[in-house]
Amino acid sequence: MSHEILIVDDAPNIVLSLEFLMKKEGFAVRSVGDGEEALRAVEEKQPDLILLDVMMPKKNGYEVCEAIRTNPAWKGIRIIMLTAKGREVEQEKGLALGADDYVVKPFSTRELVLKVRAMLGLEDATPA
Amino acid sequence: MIVSWSWLAPLISILYLGLLFAVAYYADWRAARDRSLIRSPFVYALSIAVYCTSWTYYGSVGRAAVSGIGFLPIFLGPTLIAALWWLILGKIIAISKRNHITSIADFISSRYGKSPVLGGMVTLFVVIGIMPYIALQLKAIAVSLEVLIRHMDAGWTTNVPFVPWRDTALYVAMLLALFAILFGTRHLDASERHEGLVAAIAFESIVKLGAFLALGLFVTFGLFDGFGDLFGQALANPELARLMTFEAIPGGYSSWLAMTFLAMMAVMFLPRQFQVLVVENVNEGHLRQASWLFPLYLFAFNLFVFPIALAGRLLFADGSVDPDTFVLVLPILGRQEWLAPLVYLGGLSAATSMVIVEAIAMSIMVGNDLVLPFFLQFRKALREDLSGIILTIRRGIIVVLMLLGYLYFRLLGESHTLVGIGMVSFAAVAQFAPAILLGIFWTGASRRGALAGVLTGFLIWTHTLLLASFAKSGWIAVGFLTEGPWGIGWLKPEALFGLTGFDPITHSVFWSILCNTGVMVAISLFDRQTAVEQIQAQNFVNVFQKGARGGNEYLWSGFVSVRELRHLLARFIGPLAAEEDFAEYHRQRHLQPSDDAQAPANLVAFAEKRLTGAIGSASARVMISSVVKGEELDLQGVMRILDETSQVIEYSQRLEIKSRQLEAATLQLREANEQLRELDRMKDEFISTVSHELRTPLTSIRAFSEILRDNEDMDLVERRNFTDIIVKEAERLSRLVNQILDLAKIDAGRMEWHEVEVDLPLLAREAIDATRQLFDNKAVRLINKVPEISCRRMADRDKIMQVIINLLSNAVKFCSPGTGEVCIEWRETGEGVGLAVVDNGPGIPEGELEKVFDKFHQVNQGGMEWPLGSGLGLTISQRIIERHQGRIWVESTAGEGSAFIFTLPHPEPSS
Repeated sequence: MSHEILIVDDAPNIVLSLEFLMKKEGFAVRSVGDGEEALRAVEEKQPDLILLDVMMPKKNGYEVCEAIRTNPAWKGIRIIMLTAKGREVEQEKGLALGADDYVVKPFSTRELVLKVRAMLGLEDATPA
Repeated sequence: MIVSWSWLAPLISILYLGLLFAVAYYADWRAARDRSLIRSPFVYALSIAVYCTSWTYYGSVGRAAVSGIGFLPIFLGPTLIAALWWLILGKIIAISKRNHITSIADFISSRYGKSPVLGGMVTLFVVIGIMPYIALQLKAIAVSLEVLIRHMDAGWTTNVPFVPWRDTALYVAMLLALFAILFGTRHLDASERHEGLVAAIAFESIVKLGAFLALGLFVTFGLFDGFGDLFGQALANPELARLMTFEAIPGGYSSWLAMTFLAMMAVMFLPRQFQVLVVENVNEGHLRQASWLFPLYLFAFNLFVFPIALAGRLLFADGSVDPDTFVLVLPILGRQEWLAPLVYLGGLSAATSMVIVEAIAMSIMVGNDLVLPFFLQFRKALREDLSGIILTIRRGIIVVLMLLGYLYFRLLGESHTLVGIGMVSFAAVAQFAPAILLGIFWTGASRRGALAGVLTGFLIWTHTLLLASFAKSGWIAVGFLTEGPWGIGWLKPEALFGLTGFDPITHSVFWSILCNTGVMVAISLFDRQTAVEQIQAQNFVNVFQKGARGGNEYLWSGFVSVRELRHLLARFIGPLAAEEDFAEYHRQRHLQPSDDAQAPANLVAFAEKRLTGAIGSASARVMISSVVKGEELDLQGVMRILDETSQVIEYSQRLEIKSRQLEAATLQLREANEQLRELDRMKDEFISTVSHELRTPLTSIRAFSEILRDNEDMDLVERRNFTDIIVKEAERLSRLVNQILDLAKIDAGRMEWHEVEVDLPLLAREAIDATRQLFDNKAVRLINKVPEISCRRMADRDKIMQVIINLLSNAVKFCSPGTGEVCIEWRETGEGVGLAVVDNGPGIPEGELEKVFDKFHQVNQGGMEWPLGSGLGLTISQRIIERHQGRIWVESTAGEGSAFIFTLPHPEPSS
């Protein structure tokens, strides 16, 4: 059974690259361009993991993260924040709001994939 | 005669004195219950009538009998000067109250730098000058008593054996001393009122006036048939008729004037007058009424002087009766058993009131200005309560003064007439007039001037009156009088410097007052005053000026703790009173009392004033300086403080201005700070945004590059796609970097502008050509509505081109392919000419219209593919247009497209 990844980012090219990377790992992938869509997508079907951009129109990544964490039903969803802001405060903020990890843009594709796999408990199955 | 007057007369004397004690005791009792008897201008005026002594009572009749209207100056002088009391006495009272002055010696000493020497000298002269006067009163009492006893018992004959009553004068003197001690030395602080004393004096003034009027009425209407009869009989006698002219006065007009002057001064500066007028004054306002009530009293008094004198002369034409005893002998002659004792009591009251007040006033002076300065030198180290000791000293002084007066009377009394002694005393106190009067109106009057003046005046007085009278009494060889001392002719006491033609009193007054004033003025003019003198001179002369009271505070610059100061005060006025005073001081100034704190200068001055009330200004000064460590200020010190004060005032004014400026500056700073914080916040946001905007393309570039690297087996189409993305993102990145740099340059003012003549419509066409490809690619229609005209403006051609291209490419981005339509139009308004780029895109919501020109602002375009843009294009366009003094704005309705418009201003008329 393949894991499903929800990609949330307002930059189309980044979404494109993430889709490629996740699909290549054999995950099911859905993509949305802003925070509200993200929440709708989660309600529609609960993903295993969300790659969540911070700076987005309508609802930013922090708000999405917070909304997901307040719903106990979505406790199992892993969240990796993608942040373009390198400042530590912002990374801390993400973790404090319930994100499981964060990745700073521009990220290393290999590291990102490893992080996703590890978080889904797949590290041993496919060593890097 | 059932009873013998030899014991009846002393009995009524004692009873009368007992009544006096009762009156005084009652007044004190009332005062203690805050129901004062003496708070009235009438009582004040009556107490001033202590001026009328037995000398007035008996002596003025004697004088009138001998020299006619020559008696008048004694009444006329006070009446005249009373018109000036508001000016002179009003000031003296104000000064004395403010400075706690309690005697004439203290007044002079305090005025001239709190000089102990001056105070001591004045006191000494007062004692010398007034002692005969006290002796005179005792003599009057003794003589009147003797007359009463002799003639009441024997009936009127001129041949009665002398009955030496067991020395009445001594017992009376001792009784008066007791009275003075009981009612005059109860408190140490002489600035506290002696209400009992004042009430008793006022009572005695009523008694003596009543008795005298009763006698006058009896003589005029009992012994004669009214004024007409009396004056008619007198005029029939040529010798008596002469009494009603100036010719009768020995020395004539000059003597009359001199005596008037002496009486003017005496009524204010005799120790007892100063005591009742100034020290016992309860309300400065009473002086106004007193200045007509007192002359009225004097007028009533002298109404019958002349009739009584004339009656005496008519009835004792043989000269067998001493005119000084007319007053008492006339009722005895008339067999008036009630009137005679009453008249006697009137005389007794006139004598006793004078003696009592004089004794109290002099005990304060002698105590404070003669005894205490010596006493304190030896007892300085003793830390004990001195108030009891000082009171004892004063009581002792009273007793000694009385005994001295008695001795004087016994030893010298027989050689003087009553009037003679009174005038000599008047002339003595007149020597203080220049020092006092110049002192309260002329700040230049100096201590050395006053010292020399008083000393000179007194030496002349001593020489011309005192020694002369000694000579007349035979105490000194008569040659002193007739040949001059050591035979020096121009030093003859009654013809000094060869001056003749005046009577002895006038002669003495002329020389003594002239030299006194002359020496004082001359020395003062060339003298340099010390700091204390200057401050005291200011305090006295400007007593009514606001703030004059604070002057004292500059006197002390040393250090003393509050405790030490209080202990010092406690030693003189008692610990309780001192405690209360200090508490009051702190309460008035809302200060927290602290014993260990250093006493502020005004507290030291306050303590000094309280002490002045108790022991006089000179001693107070000595005592304060004994506890204040550090130096007393010299003149330079005072000037320095004054300088510093004015500097401090100036500084504080400047400070006030500065603080206002500071406040304004603080406000500006706060505003600037707000702006800075806002700018800082914007800068942070800008950097954060730039970082985000730079990282986004970088992220794509890195991600795809790594994908290409890691997936060599990718199909070609996909590979091409990814490579294109990388190129585009790289382009976007470099564009972004350029724009950021442009913006930074513009904002920093480092952008170079090349202004040339630019034809706007032409420029619009060129921009359309440059962007046509963009429109074609996206299948958006571009409609050019710019007319074929020429409109030139001075502008940077490339920058304006950049703006137009930016607006056009923005429009393309937001237009839908196929249906999209962008129209470029010509705008000409009142403020300028320009272009409008109108699209039929989604439009901009109203709330966003303001923000579209903000850096990195990107309008939310829900559901649409996000157009690639830096978010800086419009910001840069705005900066460029603003640089050209133009305006750029957007008009839009959401859903119906937007219009971006810019205009450049019309050229100024002059160019």
